[in-house]
Order: sequence, then structure tokens, then C-alpha cells
Amino acid sequence: MKILRPIAVITANDPKAPAEPALPRLGMASALARFALIGVALAAVAGTFAYFGGWFTPNELTPARFTDGFEQVNGVHPGFRRNHARGVGVSGFFESNGNGVRLSEALVFRPGHVPVLGRFSLGGGQPYAADTPDTVRGLGLQFSLPDGELWRTAMVNLPVFPFRTAEAFYEQMIASKPDTSTGKPDPANMQAFLARHPETVQAMQVIKGQPVSSGFDNSTFHSLNAFRFINAAGATIPVRWVLTPMQPFEAASAPSAPQDKNYLFDALIARIHRQPLRWHLIVIIGQPGDPTNDATVAWPAGREQVDVGTLTLDRIESDDTSAARDINFDPLVLPLGITLSDDPLLSARSAVYSQSFTRRAGEPKQPSTITPAEVRKGD
Amino acid sequence: MTTQRRQFPAFSRLLHWTMAAMILTMLCIGVAMVVSLADYYVLVSIHRPLGIAILILVVIRFVNRLVNPPPPFPATMSRAERLAATASEVTMYGLMFVLPLVGWGMLSAARYPIVLYGSVHLPFILPHDAMLYAVLRKAHTILAYLFFLMFIAHFGAILIHTLIVRDGILKRMAPWNIRPQEAASTE
Repeated sequence: MKILRPIAVITANDPKAPAEPALPRLGMASALARFALIGVALAAVAGTFAYFGGWFTPNELTPARFTDGFEQVNGVHPGFRRNHARGVGVSGFFESNGNGVRLSEALVFRPGHVPVLGRFSLGGGQPYAADTPDTVRGLGLQFSLPDGELWRTAMVNLPVFPFRTAEAFYEQMIASKPDTSTGKPDPANMQAFLARHPETVQAMQVIKGQPVSSGFDNSTFHSLNAFRFINAAGATIPVRWVLTPMQPFEAASAPSAPQDKNYLFDALIARIHRQPLRWHLIVIIGQPGDPTNDATVAWPAGREQVDVGTLTLDRIESDDTSAARDINFDPLVLPLGITLSDDPLLSARSAVYSQSFTRRAGEPKQPSTITPAEVRKGD
Repeated sequence: MTTQRRQFPAFSRLLHWTMAAMILTMLCIGVAMVVSLADYYVLVSIHRPLGIAILILVVIRFVNRLVNPPPPFPATMSRAERLAATASEVTMYGLMFVLPLVGWGMLSAARYPIVLYGSVHLPFILPHDAMLYAVLRKAHTILAYLFFLMFIAHFGAILIHTLIVRDGILKRMAPWNIRPQEAASTE
């Protein structure tokens, strides 16, 4: 770079280059000012980029910090999901009865079969924990639509979610973290959290009011968040969905009874080997005024419910061999005809699931407690 | 004939400025979405189709680059600078191809659908493999930061040529047409 030198001198060295008339030399002050301007321009561009990347807001709750929270509470268990670490893969199909066509143009609701891949899980980030009746039960599903679209939903057996926002979820998680000296969570932290979040107290009452079933097979699974259905005419309605079991309800036995460590998963394996497990997929249609942005509140009873088809799960596999292990049951993988609501949890769930998936995808895989041999029992 | 030309052809300039805006938007969205909870979904929903649009445009741009070679470098550029400029151009073309392909590949390996619009989505181009996803995901970030550094270097070089050397290099890529006599005259 030949700065400050008369251009004509350089041009003379290169006869092929187009001739440029000489420019007056830049004075020292002018040159410094111009360099300063260049520095400011480059700093502004780099600063804008850094701003978007969150460098100036290091205390903001990000997907990475949220996932760090799971790791702080549960420890790091390489290869496992940061939440719902324990699970088994299942597969089967969804048989649509066509009742959903007027609600949503999604192909999954046209009469017919679509293959389904899924995963039953228990909440918590400890892959070697023991089954307990009141641990949150999860069911992640992936519907493979005939045109190649995918619909994923990650459901739980809670009628409402205890937290309205990702921030509240994180706060509660940190409040429930065991104290390093006592090995137990400090109850004062949880009391302080509940005092700040009356919506969580209310949601917990609703959750406690619902009897817990004996197993995965007779659990009801809820969409947690509200979504929106769009039909072929373009009409949009707020919805939630529920999977109601066709296996008869039986209350969970008292926790005092000694149980095998994997008793919930073992019972599921035995039952699915005996006969396919089935659920009705029920779409609940919200009315104007029903909150779509608050997963802690159930919609009033008496809302229209449409049975859109039957889910059949007839195969079960260990997490070690199931394709479901390496699927992120991101609730915002949606086909045309289903879209997200204004619930702030949805985008946050998508972001944190993605972060958890990225971390475990790159880690060596450890065997699951529900081994392939255990799953084959009963064959 | 090409030795007389001072400016890139109008179509090349249109592609340059359109893609510059798209790529800068893309880099900012990329770095913002990975730290966002509330806006993650909206940003990802823009990031994926915008990346594919960039991939389509860079194919057109590459063909155009072969058909329409650029005007000569200004005389003010030393041999080393010309080499650096050429290397930077090759790198940026490479990144424009590779970044969207790595993005498409990593989403394929993780079985994340790549929805362009409505039910229109791309096929998966790699097998379902979590470790492959993890490696490509890392590469996607590193290459994106490299692209941002390339942009800073490119922008800085143009600023120095425009404000210090004052050789009118920006006119080669100006969005407006420069008349030949104007291009040959002083700034």
C-alpha cells in the first residue's frame, strides 16, 4: 500500500494500468482524521455485530445459560438429554379419522395413516435416577407426513405447566439446586421463588388435583402450550391438544411400596409387548379470551373437543438403538396448518432444546439404564 | 474492450450489493438467534430460507463472474495487494457456497426440517448422524466468524482506498453508473 504518495508516480511504474491524474498529498492532520474515521467505521460494524451476539448483555438468560442451569443442578452426563434424560424409543402410527380437516389443513389430519416415532421419558437430567410415580412423564412424538413434512410435539402428563416464562423456569431450577454444604435445596429459596410467582402456586394446585396414573400406558399427555390451527380457507383458531389413553385408568400405587428402579419403564415394555398401546388425539378449541400465552392456566371446562384420530404405539426400543434418541422433539417443528401461538415458552423451548441437542450430539454416548436386553424381555 | 472498462457490469454490481445486504443480515441474525430465547424461532425461520436464497444467488453470481470478468485493479494497488484482494475474493466466494451447504448438511444430519415457505421444504442431503451434526454445527459457527472477519477486512480495505489512497476504487462497484470520462477524471 502506497499511502500519501502521489498517485502519478505509481502509475508511471505500471504502463498497462489506466492513467490517474495526481492527487494533492494529504496533510498530516487530514490523514489522521481519515484514519480515525476508518477506525470508527470498523468499530461501529464490529460493535453492531457484538451487540447482536449479546456481548454487551452478559447477564441475559440465553439458551446456553439455561442449559448450564440443568448441568449445574444435575451434573453433566455426556450424551444424554439435559432434561428428560431417561427414556425409551417407541414407534407406531397415527390413524386420522378426518375430523381435523375442518380445523387445520395439515396433511396429518386427512383420513389415513402416518408413521410415528416417539420417546417416553421421565423429567429430570439424571440418566441413572430411579422411577418415581410423581416424576413428570414425557412423550415426544414425530409424525412423518406423506409430503415429507414433519410434526413434532413434546408432551407431558401435567394438565398445566408450572411456569409462565423461561425465566421463571430457570429461577425455580436454580432455587431447587442442592446446597453444597447440606446436599439439599434451601427451602427459603423455594419459598422466595413461590412468593414471586403466584401463578406457579396456582398451577401446582391444579397439578396436585389430578390423580396420577399407574404407568406410561394409561397417562394422559398434554400439549402444554397453546398453538394455532389454520384450515384450508385460512381460518385460524387457538388450540391445545391432549392424548387420552384407551388403556383403563388405574391410580398409581402408594410411593411407600418398594418398586424396581425401572418399574415404570419395565411395565411399559411388558404392556407394549402384550398389545399395542393406543391414545385418542383430542384437539381442544379455545374461545376468544382464552389465554394462549400462559401455559400455567387451563382453559375453562366445556370447550369444544374434537377427536381427530388414534395414535397406536406398537414397538419399543432402548434409547441406545432407537432413532428417537437423536431426534430433538422441538415443539416448533410444525407442518403447514399448525403454527405457534403467542406463548413465550414456545420459542424458549425451541431454543433450549436445540442447545441441549447440540451439546449431547457431540458427546460420546453412554449406555442407557433401559438396555436393549431389558427392552427385548417379553418378546 | 475489457481493459477500457472501469466498472463491474450492472448485473454484477446488483448481485454484489444485494448479497452484501443479505449476508450482513444473515451474520447478525445468526449471532443473535443463538443467544435469544424470545426471538429464537422468528430468527431461525428467517435464517434458513435466507441462507438458501444466498446459496442460489452465489451460483448465479459465480457463473456471472466467469462470464463477466471484473475491471482491472487500479494502478495504486501493489502486487501484494492484488494478490490479497484475489485471495479474499476466492475465500468469500468459497464461504458463500460452503456456509449455506454446511448449514443444510448439519440440519440434514440432525433431521431438522428446512422449511422454505409453507409446506415447501428441502430434502435431507446427509444421513441422520448426531456426531456429524455436531461437527458441522461447530464448523458453521467458525466459518461464519471467518466470514465476518473477511467482511471487516474487505470493508477496511475499501475505506483506506477511498479515504487515504483516493484512487476511486469504490467506483468500480458503485451502484450507480459512472460515465467513462468521469471514471477517468479526478474524484
